[in-house]
Amino acid sequence: MTEGTFGLASARDGKDMPTISLKVNGVVHVVDVAPETPLLYVLGDELHLRGPKFGCGLGQCGACTVLIDGRAERSCITAVGGVNHAEIVTLEGLGTPENPHPIQQAFIDEEAAQCGFCLSGVILTAKSLLDRNPKATDDEIRQALAGVLCRCFVHTRMFKAIHRYAKSRRQ
Amino acid sequence: MTTGLSRRDFLMTSGALVVSFRVASLLELLASPQGPFDTHPSHIDPAKLDSWIAVGADGIVTAHTGKCDFGQGIYTAQAQLIAEELCVPLHRVRLTQCDTSITPDQGTTSGSQSTPTNFNSSDLAQAAATAREALINMAAQHLGAPGGQLVVANGFVGTKGGRRVSYGELVAGKKFNLTLDPKAKRRAPREWTVLGKPVPPLDIKALVTGRFEFVHNVHVPGMLHGRVVRPPAVGATVVSADEHSVRGMAGLVKVVVRKNFVGVVAEKQAQAIDAAAKLKVVWTPGTGLPAQQDFYDYLRKQPSRDVMMVDSHDVEEKLAETATVLRATYCHPYQAHGSVGASCAVADVRAGKATLWSSTQSVYPTRQGVATLAGLPVENVRVIFVRGSGCYGLNGADTVSFDAALLSQAVHLPVRVQLSREDEMAWGENYGSACVVDQRAGLDAAGTIVVWDCEPWWVSLGGRPGYDHPGNVITGALAGYEPQTITPRAASRPAKELENGNNAVPSYVAGCIGGKCGGAGSIRSERVLTHTVNSPFFTGPLRAPLRLQNTFAHECFMDELSAQAKADPVAFRLRHLSEPRLIDAVKAAAQAAKWDARPSPQPDRRRGEVASGRGIACVAYEGDNGYAALIAEVEVDPASGRVQVKHFVVAHDCGPISNPSGLRNQIEGGVLQGMSRVLGEEVTWNEHAVTSTDWTTYHSLPLGIVLPVIDCALINRSDVSATGAGETAITLVAAAIGNAIFDATGARLRQVPFTPARVKSSLDVRS
Repeated sequence: MTEGTFGLASARDGKDMPTISLKVNGVVHVVDVAPETPLLYVLGDELHLRGPKFGCGLGQCGACTVLIDGRAERSCITAVGGVNHAEIVTLEGLGTPENPHPIQQAFIDEEAAQCGFCLSGVILTAKSLLDRNPKATDDEIRQALAGVLCRCFVHTRMFKAIHRYAKSRRQ
Repeated sequence: MTTGLSRRDFLMTSGALVVSFRVASLLELLASPQGPFDTHPSHIDPAKLDSWIAVGADGIVTAHTGKCDFGQGIYTAQAQLIAEELCVPLHRVRLTQCDTSITPDQGTTSGSQSTPTNFNSSDLAQAAATAREALINMAAQHLGAPGGQLVVANGFVGTKGGRRVSYGELVAGKKFNLTLDPKAKRRAPREWTVLGKPVPPLDIKALVTGRFEFVHNVHVPGMLHGRVVRPPAVGATVVSADEHSVRGMAGLVKVVVRKNFVGVVAEKQAQAIDAAAKLKVVWTPGTGLPAQQDFYDYLRKQPSRDVMMVDSHDVEEKLAETATVLRATYCHPYQAHGSVGASCAVADVRAGKATLWSSTQSVYPTRQGVATLAGLPVENVRVIFVRGSGCYGLNGADTVSFDAALLSQAVHLPVRVQLSREDEMAWGENYGSACVVDQRAGLDAAGTIVVWDCEPWWVSLGGRPGYDHPGNVITGALAGYEPQTITPRAASRPAKELENGNNAVPSYVAGCIGGKCGGAGSIRSERVLTHTVNSPFFTGPLRAPLRLQNTFAHECFMDELSAQAKADPVAFRLRHLSEPRLIDAVKAAAQAAKWDARPSPQPDRRRGEVASGRGIACVAYEGDNGYAALIAEVEVDPASGRVQVKHFVVAHDCGPISNPSGLRNQIEGGVLQGMSRVLGEEVTWNEHAVTSTDWTTYHSLPLGIVLPVIDCALINRSDVSATGAGETAITLVAAAIGNAIFDATGARLRQVPFTPARVKSSLDVRS
């Protein structure tokens, strides 16, 4: 899907937009958007969530990553109409500043951020892999992160944090 | 100033900045003293203590700074500085960053200048020291004891006998009504308990739990969504924009055309994207672009503006008489900032006023730029910094701020503009400059360099908009403001001492002009003539601007000279350096890397096998703004041409270290970003426009790579001024890797990026 190809049907028909119900971070929301709308815009503009971010709109960088039924997906190229029965979890759905999820705690412990814009992609992609395969090898971790960008290049600390979380999953 | 502050509610744990509106009264605004900054007069007098520091009745210390955090850690470091100087626990410090209604005008947060500016004896540091001494004086009166006998700790001033008074009681929310005291004493580094310690980033919890508010997350009531339509070719202008082509589209509010600036506003973001894609705009064909494959030759044939940085007037003579003369040309491409998030801004321009939420590095200049574009008095414009995606220099933050202002003004409602990836990478960015460096140097019979001649060519168009040049970024240019260009001019003879501000001058020259020496080295026959030519693309500062390009050329050429002299590259450097701090950095790196002293290339190279080698590079950043040496250990696969960096060792001296953990984070990120830039990053174009417009065409290293081990040897000096630290290490990466490839293979890479194809062909040339 490329930019500029969605939202046309309802516009041409001149009908009211259908409402879509969406379960995000355990809460059901009803939103008034065209079903072709990328999930990212619904999460950011309608639900005012801050975790998933617009990086490229092309599924190339990972900044918009969310968990959909436990799998890391790119919300910028996921139509909202296709995920209305799914469990969607964003970065803020994992834990809070007072009570962070263990993988978030691992990133806090390793001070694994600079600007922090990429963190949804890094944390949720690693979590999705390690929750399915706590014994993932370094090669498998690298493969999972081959399409995730951090342009501050906090790579060293992020890998330490991911290993810290993997270790805790294996114990 | 303090009256409005209680209405600002800074939520430390969530990182959310809830900003209430406070527009200063006109009287306050008109009292505009000229500040000590190299910036325009501001209504917040930087000579007054109350412009910087406020103490609440609850004892909370709030500091206002014009240097803001993009992820480089300056927020945490400045909070440490305030805690240290005012002797309060870190959790009782609040920091307001870059807001033209609240913070002093400190120009732009850039150029490794935040630490030199705010951590030595001026600006924020001076304000903090002044405040501490003022509190002691107030306490002396309150307690009836001589100030010299009082002790300050934990937000209290007390006598040794145990009587004490809190800051809150002393100040009780009132103003200080004092001017900054240039004699106010900083606390000595040996007394530090908060500054200089590895404090974790204050924003980390909010960041990793998705609570941190980026500019992309700003929501203003009634906000609409804008999208820009950029030209299809460089130099293309609007012939017509057909509003009928989008008539009736869902949510569309307005099509906005102003000269060559085109955009749409809609109720929802997806609708704006949709309308921008559908809008029919007829453009002229554009001006055409020089062929990329011949660009470096093209560059040198253009009329140029020349500056003689240094000239001993005997270079040709010395070159003619030296035993061996080496010549080499080094080429560096345009590179993108490539922020992971495409830039975003929110503007509310109506009823003769404008408010902008922007991730610009320059809130005051941007305020002037918005005032110019919107035709408003500057005092009616407020720019509030909200962090964006890491920028590393002039990414799309300024241009999207102008986009949002123009679109909001057209609809009289708040508008959020999110650039697309292509908007950012093809049009929104001011690229890091392409650069060609021609060098000649002569070795005497003993293998000592006696003469070094250096002529770099680089490109320029636009740059930071500053206060007066909104056309320096694409939005302003499209709206009809001219970008700054180069007026060709021959170099005059150097009048000043060594001009090392952009590191166009190699570290090894003495820099002697008119009896004064300013270089870091010992070579006395020297000439550096720089040429700036007009760029077909907008250019602007990108982390270590031009310093990185020039240092790549100098440090690789130094390696060529070292190999020619059959000398060990570390020993050869030490032999030609005079600056003790740079010498110390080179020695510290060599020691930490267990450097194997011998000439390059390594002797037992076997054809066809993976080869390993090590290379070194060093720099006195801007002459005196940080010293570093970097050693890279690499493996080169001759079959694929792939280079794998196994190990980086950095020795780094930035004076007294504010936060060692934050410094390491900057160094680690810097060397890996440098590795990505040298191994793959290059802006590409065809005859009309830039073609590197996303992450498949602009080649950044992703997260999932085999990482080198990075070791940092931090040299902490308490007896010198604090320097910048964010740009030093990255400056050295291309040269250190290039020199390591040479050591491993005997092949010299003189053009960035070192792509597998380019490495392979250099191996072929060698054989």
